[in-house]
Amino acid sequence: MELVSPGIGLIFWMTLSFGIVIWLLGKYAWNPIMKSLHEREESIDKALHEADLARKQMEDLKASNEELLKEAKEERDEILKQAREIKEKLIEDARIKASEEAGRIVESAKEAIENEKMAAMTELKNEVAGLSIEIAEKLLERELSDKKRQKEYVEQLIKKAKLN
Amino acid sequence: MSKKTFNRSGIVKNGILVMGIFLILLTQVLATGVGQHHPKAGNQDKWEGDVVKEEFKAGEMIVEHVVDNHEWHILSYGDFHLTIPLPVILYYDGGLHFFMSSKFHHGHSEYNGFGIAGEGKHKGKIVRVLRERFLDDQVIVHDENQALPLDFSITKTVLAIFMSLIFMSWLFIHIARMYRKRKGEAPKGIQSLLEPLIIFIRDDIAKPSIGEKRYMRYMPYLLTLFFFIFFNNLFGLIPFFPGGANVTGNIAVTMVMAVFTFLITTFSANKYYWIHIVNTPGVPWWLKIPVPLMPVVELIGIFTKPFVLMIRLFANITAGHIIVLGFISLIFIFGEINVGLGYGVSVISVAFSVFMDFLELLVAFIQAYVFTLLSALYFGMATEESH
Repeated sequence: MELVSPGIGLIFWMTLSFGIVIWLLGKYAWNPIMKSLHEREESIDKALHEADLARKQMEDLKASNEELLKEAKEERDEILKQAREIKEKLIEDARIKASEEAGRIVESAKEAIENEKMAAMTELKNEVAGLSIEIAEKLLERELSDKKRQKEYVEQLIKKAKLN
Repeated sequence: MSKKTFNRSGIVKNGILVMGIFLILLTQVLATGVGQHHPKAGNQDKWEGDVVKEEFKAGEMIVEHVVDNHEWHILSYGDFHLTIPLPVILYYDGGLHFFMSSKFHHGHSEYNGFGIAGEGKHKGKIVRVLRERFLDDQVIVHDENQALPLDFSITKTVLAIFMSLIFMSWLFIHIARMYRKRKGEAPKGIQSLLEPLIIFIRDDIAKPSIGEKRYMRYMPYLLTLFFFIFFNNLFGLIPFFPGGANVTGNIAVTMVMAVFTFLITTFSANKYYWIHIVNTPGVPWWLKIPVPLMPVVELIGIFTKPFVLMIRLFANITAGHIIVLGFISLIFIFGEINVGLGYGVSVISVAFSVFMDFLELLVAFIQAYVFTLLSALYFGMATEESH
């Protein structure tokens, strides 16, 4: 049957022309096309990869910015805290110093008062002594004649002096 | 995934083949039936000539349309035949004979002792004319005392192959130039129409079947093969010149492609492929020694694979054409009974033909895909590393 018996002529021409076309298209069509497709896909891949990289870098940058900001904030807080501490310490110190000074001043005032008092007492004693001597002198001058009255007077004087 | 598609296409193809055979039988039965009841029905038929003609023979008509021819018949009206004569090239008795097929007068005359056999086992082929028989009743049969001429004619199918190959060469070289011109840019026009197919063959056929490392070597063959089958399947669906030649439904054409696949498979096979054949792994030893059953089966398999490729494409495309022609034949068979009946049947016939043509569009792609996929799988098997 003709339908299923391959003819030699057809086989010959088909083999020849098909072979030539495989070679021809392989050289001038398929290889350039495949190469172009490959190149384009690679460039798309590369572009996508680069975009990804850029996005990642952006994210990194953002993250590092945030980190920086956070650090700055922390530092500021730290500085503020330190400042507050210093301020408090300064005030405390000043207060302590002031109270010490005040104490010292009071102390020295007391001392001075004591000294003044002592000096006044001494002066008073000296005055009294002088006065006594003056009295004694006067008494001696006046009362030396009357022995009995002298005695009484002395006793009286002594009594008065004791009151002092 | 590929296996599933293959099976489904197998069912479609078997269905078409069975339907085709059924239709041939049906048309032949109807034709002979008509011939018996109305032997002269063709007399008043306006499609026939004005002289007494034999009745319409659907089977002959179908086979005539499906097989190769030495001239390209475009149309006939009465006794007028519009055909493109094609060059006949014969190698006979140590010499080449070259002349146009119009010398045969559509198979009615002989030239230089050559003629197209009208009957006998060489029917349709160019033979040495048996002079006595020709003088007796104008029938050309082969003279068994002489050798058969080797026919290297540019037949209808050969011309169609040339045209489609020239078309493909022009098309794809043009596309390649577009790629070079528009480097790095998005595809445009015809380039973007065919690029998905090229990428489909590369990514869905070649890469998974052959592997990332070696597929590039086979791409030129696979792409040429795919587009040759695909374009010729489509051209074959066009009913008139320059389409209409049954290229992929010709067993010589499918045979050459199958042989290409076979040769490429065999010559690119590595040692693991041959080891697999001689000493199939995973098979009990008693299937190999002392009777080498498995090696023999595997060895037969080497040849059955391309053989099946050849038959599958041929049968699918031929069957599709036969069915469409069968539906069209029904119009003329019924027309011979009654002209009105012919018109009536034509509605149904055309509707079925349109349906078949759509199915054939699908088959055109599926068969190109299957042939290419299986070729790629065979290349993959041949080059697979040990696993």
